[in-house]
Amino acid sequence: MKALIVGCGRVGSSIALQLQQEGWEVTVVDENEDALARLGERWPGIFLVGQGIDVDVLREAGIEEADAVVAATDGDNTNILVGQVAQKRFDVGCVVVRILDPARADFYSERGLRVVCPTKTAIDTLMGAVRSCVPANVARVTL
Amino acid sequence: MYAIVAGGGKVGANVARSLLRLGNEVTLIEQRRDRFERLEEEFEHQVQRGDATELHVLERAGVARPPDIVLALTGDDEDNLVIAQLAKEKYGVPQVIARVNDPRNQAHFDLLGISPTVCAASSIMALVEHEVPEHEIIHLLELRKENLEIVEVQIDRDSPSAGKRVENLDLPDGARLISVMRGGHAEIAVGATQLEEGDQVLAILEPGKEDELRRVLLRR
Repeated sequence: MKALIVGCGRVGSSIALQLQQEGWEVTVVDENEDALARLGERWPGIFLVGQGIDVDVLREAGIEEADAVVAATDGDNTNILVGQVAQKRFDVGCVVVRILDPARADFYSERGLRVVCPTKTAIDTLMGAVRSCVPANVARVTL
Repeated sequence: MYAIVAGGGKVGANVARSLLRLGNEVTLIEQRRDRFERLEEEFEHQVQRGDATELHVLERAGVARPPDIVLALTGDDEDNLVIAQLAKEKYGVPQVIARVNDPRNQAHFDLLGISPTVCAASSIMALVEHEVPEHEIIHLLELRKENLEIVEVQIDRDSPSAGKRVENLDLPDGARLISVMRGGHAEIAVGATQLEEGDQVLAILEPGKEDELRRVLLRR
């Protein structure tokens, strides 16, 4: 299976490394060549320096044969565009997009993008953690 | 008319100013503090600070009314795309115009159905081609919605069409001649119009018919 990861920050690089360990053929694109360092010294996959919205870069990165594309740059709108281009122009079967803004995340997931919103996940996790601190009887009294 | 203008750089601010001068209601949105403060001196309450790709910023500017038109004029193509999509598809704004900064991104706007768009670099290149023709066929206008384009062709001495009447040309399906400009005077091209050396011919055609048109008019 072939995966293309756009954005090699903390998230993108970790996904790339994990997929690669699971046997995927992974290509990573980032506009900053220093990001390659996040993949470690012995990164066996391909790393390309370029803009994720540049179709020539995407083609060079093998988007036409990719089974999965992950858009994980630090820009929500860049990820939104990369995801839509991967889905609508290149017909990639599995497209996952990171969107930090919950409002935009809702809108684009309604429109058929597979969206992961770390902000919402963080809110839910934190709320769960806070609720679990409150003894059950106190919670009942406040209700 | 009520217009929301996203992006308060040179383009956005000038468009907002022109719209206001014409008596329209306008809200300008600018993200950068330094720019916003400068704009506020001129536009007062008609400029708001924020990221126009955030829904609450658009809503504060009245996108849910909805406005008659949203202009996505920031210097960032990804942002302009998202603003245009949100305005059109989430809030049902009837008319959206988006600025394309990098002509290589035009395909993304087309893919996502954002139309019309304006790209300064492409417009300037079209003018350059018109003034200094490098190719025999000059693109004058793309009608994206209609999927047609209007081109200009210069007939020269070696052109096989020189001396022929339009009705005798073997024009490809999906291409028609519109007009012939000769000696500074333009005429509508009809069947009986005879092409001559030096004519500037306007044609309308479907994309992809250019090579056939070139062959018929210029044989190159």
